[in-house]
Amino acid sequence: MPDKLLTVSHLNKSYGKKPVLHDINLEVEKASVTVLLGPSGSGKSTLIRCLNGLEDFQSGQIDFMDQTIKPGFKKWQPIRQHIGMVFQSYDLFPNRTVLDNILLGPLKVQKRDKHEATEQAMQLLKEVQLADYANVYPRQLSGGQKQRIAIVRALALKPEFMLFDEVTASLDPEMVRGVLEVMLQLAHQKMTMLVVTHEMNFAQQIADQVLFLEAGKIVEASSGQTFFTQPKTERAQEFLNSMAF
Amino acid sequence: MSWSVVQQSIPIFGQAFWLTLKLSFYGIIGASILGLLASFIRYFEMPVLQRIAGMYIELSRNTPLLIQLFFIYYAFPEIGIKLSAQTSGIIGLIFLGGSYMAAAFTGGLNGVDKIQVESGKAIGLTNWQLARYVVLPQGLSLSVPAIAANVIFLIKETSIFTVIAIPELTNTALDQIGMYYHTDESLLLLVIGYAIILIPLSILLTWLERRARYGAFGN
Repeated sequence: MPDKLLTVSHLNKSYGKKPVLHDINLEVEKASVTVLLGPSGSGKSTLIRCLNGLEDFQSGQIDFMDQTIKPGFKKWQPIRQHIGMVFQSYDLFPNRTVLDNILLGPLKVQKRDKHEATEQAMQLLKEVQLADYANVYPRQLSGGQKQRIAIVRALALKPEFMLFDEVTASLDPEMVRGVLEVMLQLAHQKMTMLVVTHEMNFAQQIADQVLFLEAGKIVEASSGQTFFTQPKTERAQEFLNSMAF
Repeated sequence: MSWSVVQQSIPIFGQAFWLTLKLSFYGIIGASILGLLASFIRYFEMPVLQRIAGMYIELSRNTPLLIQLFFIYYAFPEIGIKLSAQTSGIIGLIFLGGSYMAAAFTGGLNGVDKIQVESGKAIGLTNWQLARYVVLPQGLSLSVPAIAANVIFLIKETSIFTVIAIPELTNTALDQIGMYYHTDESLLLLVIGYAIILIPLSILLTWLERRARYGAFGN
């Protein structure tokens, strides 16, 4: 049996009376890549945001590492150091240089040695081909560069788990590739990842597991290859057809 | 208009000029500290204190400075608090300015993008670290235009100090007119006095606004 990093059981969430996530069950194995697919408004982002406490939920539970998280859980701060997250919109701190963006977590949250953290940050920057940009402000970067830095900023905390919430959705097409390559590289390095994306070719390449969401429910869960070649549900088939061009 | 009268009046207007500047300075510093405190209390929704800050802001914003000064200078002695005119003036300015500054700071803090707060949380910052490294630096730069407007507003409000006989610029001008009928000369010096303070300050603040905007946006 492979190790589980994350288990979500019977998770329900609603905004007021409007249900947004309904009886979500999922498991993420260590060193695997899970891709969340589904039409807009199906709850993908909400689900991913529940997993690091940016959204609360009403019932069910999340088990992450050795921690059990129930509704109303308040002690997310230490857990978030183990979960990196990259958002759709560029979220670097505009008042800090690239390096200061990356070092904020390692130095202030993890209280690590400055020399060691800087060395690690520079190494990560080199891996995403942005080592020359360490002392530049975010406004001087392109969207694709910002997203690669945002990935580095999350990785600098040495997380066990990475969440990607449509990180290429607001990028110019020619910027998308560079970001996806970084994510592929991470997958090869055996990072455990949960990815929301609309890039189907990429999803097919990277996914060990695909979860297909529709109206707040997981309607199909299969291995990466099965989902793309033999989708079980009609809805997933329609979705794939609509994406094919 | 007699230039010799203008010349003769320069020293007394000079004194009034420095006094206006001094009272404004203390008033604005005090108001900024009070305003920052109040906006913090409200931003972080501190229990009880939040109520008090809210009440203070309503009271301060919805009463004229004139009446506030009357209270501090004429009514406070009745309950045993006797303050000099100048101290009353400064306290009045702080009391009035605090709520305006609070509104300016609150606007700035609330103007910080939600995604900034979330990405701060996502890297594990505590609430205090989030305030110090993310919300405050960005919120303060966003507040600069409103703060600048308040600074100029508060300096102009010192003209009301004349009602408690503080010899600042307006009071001095009215005095000179009342005593010697030097109306034209006094009004000229009065305008020059305010212009010397406010025009360079206004230019400085505009420059600061532009710098702050560059720091805050452009992401």
